[in-house]
Amino acid sequence: MTFGYILSICTFASIYAILILGLNILTGYTKQVSLGHAAFFAIGAYTQALLVTKAGLTFWSALPLSIALSMTIGVIMGLPSLRVSDDFLVLTTIGLNFIVMGITEYFDFFGGAMGIIGITMPTLWGRPLSTSGYFAITALFLMLALCVSYLFSRTWGRLAMEATGEDEEAAQSLGINTALYKIYAFALSSTFTGLAGVLWAHSIGSVFPRNFSFEMSVLFLSMLVFGGLGTIRGAIFGAFFLYLLPECFRFIENYRMLVYGALLTMIVILQPNGMLGRGGLLDRCFSKLTKKKAENQGIL
Amino acid sequence: MLQILVDAIVLGCSYALMAVGLNMVYGLLRIIHVAHAALYTLGAYVGLYCLYHFSSSLWLSLIFGAIFSALIGTLMYRIIYNPVLTAPRYVPLIAGAGVFIASQEIFRLLAGPYPYPFNASFKFLSLTHSHLRITETQMLIITFMIGAFLCLYLVINNTNLGMMWRACTQDMELAASSGINVNLIIAVNFMIGSALAGSAGVLMALYRNSVFPTMGAMVSYKAFVVVVLGGFGSIPGAAIAGILLAVAESLLGMVPLFNLPREAIAFLVMVLVLMFKPKGLFGR
Repeated sequence: MTFGYILSICTFASIYAILILGLNILTGYTKQVSLGHAAFFAIGAYTQALLVTKAGLTFWSALPLSIALSMTIGVIMGLPSLRVSDDFLVLTTIGLNFIVMGITEYFDFFGGAMGIIGITMPTLWGRPLSTSGYFAITALFLMLALCVSYLFSRTWGRLAMEATGEDEEAAQSLGINTALYKIYAFALSSTFTGLAGVLWAHSIGSVFPRNFSFEMSVLFLSMLVFGGLGTIRGAIFGAFFLYLLPECFRFIENYRMLVYGALLTMIVILQPNGMLGRGGLLDRCFSKLTKKKAENQGIL
Repeated sequence: MLQILVDAIVLGCSYALMAVGLNMVYGLLRIIHVAHAALYTLGAYVGLYCLYHFSSSLWLSLIFGAIFSALIGTLMYRIIYNPVLTAPRYVPLIAGAGVFIASQEIFRLLAGPYPYPFNASFKFLSLTHSHLRITETQMLIITFMIGAFLCLYLVINNTNLGMMWRACTQDMELAASSGINVNLIIAVNFMIGSALAGSAGVLMALYRNSVFPTMGAMVSYKAFVVVVLGGFGSIPGAAIAGILLAVAESLLGMVPLFNLPREAIAFLVMVLVLMFKPKGLFGR
């Protein structure tokens, strides 16, 4: 295990953490379960790849454009949530994942099944970044995403979203514009996920349709559910833990999806709030250690 | 042209056989049973095992595939769905998705990632008429599907068991309070749906002459689309929508602008139907 290898693993883990923070806003707060988050991820990555390789923009000038486009498409893809909810919405998101994957696979503009290659490392002050430099940038973005998530979780918006997720009609009767908050959650979530896609495209150097399959969406959801729905610490913990698990124990790599699938099922049945969520296994351990009551925790 | 239609109808039969199980589960428990696809693959593998180890008869492997799938399907309900029935509706769905993903990996580890051929010998009708040719396998699949749906229809409408099932789909608690063994009905429901999925797996393995770990994925995604199209909980809807979807896919695939991958077309149709007719085309 060389230093560069550890750095690149940490880079990927940070990227996933940004993505899961985004998924947390959508699935954790408004309870709109997305089993198609790889589609949002794909949109960020593909936009950045196209802007960098075909339009010749640099990392920094393409970044805001990619994020803005991700957000716009996220809002459009969130529109179905106004008509369908619960399990039907889950089916719709699965469908969106396949539609986005099909489009990128079919049209030559997106490189077809051969994908887009040759996405270079971003430059800073005229020099291309090294692995450690890129890790620093990713870590900075993760800090930014954390700050935004934390600040958002202190606002009224999060409460409105959670109320919408708990009981839509009750929330409406309290005067919450639930439609607005549902779309708002989609917009915020796709912004985070688009950012993750951009960072991911640059760190791996190429994008292929199969990188954004339904299996990836399941992985993202299991990261969030494992850590704890609706908590920031859970999102970070889930992303890092489940990404680093197969990296640290190489023998798991061969049956990675088996571990993820089985974990997802077991956690949902046995620990519905996740390991670090309110009342989760690790949460209770920590609150015993710090002698706090579990109910007072869980704002983060 | 007619040949394409026949091929599409055979494909549609497999979608319909998968969708009917999903539909029965949804009608009874309001759960979207994602792990259904695992039973389809399981049926195919059990059938294959019988074929290699016991006899080369198709009928035996069909029966074994169906029975095994039925058992595992019922077990799945007891272990996975039963504890989360009172949870929010997306919880069983996530649990099912986890099982589905894990099952693909289990099949890959146990049997290897490569496809196996499925050579079974059997005698059945076939039809050749000028350009049109319906092979024995195609004939078998169509007959099986029609037979299965007829049986199901008769059982649901004309027997005591069917009446109890209908009562449970309307109101589970009221049915229980009038002396119906609800747990038994749910178990039978899962058994029938899983057996149909398992036999669909064997039949499609025979038709495609291959068995591989991810074979269930595509069919099950299509089955969701069929369920949405046909209307949740409607069994005749599943049959009609299954065949309609397969025909539409084949025909749309020939139009240059629409030859997106098949699953993308199917899901596009599904999202549009959910948007504009959330109850499905044939739903109540």
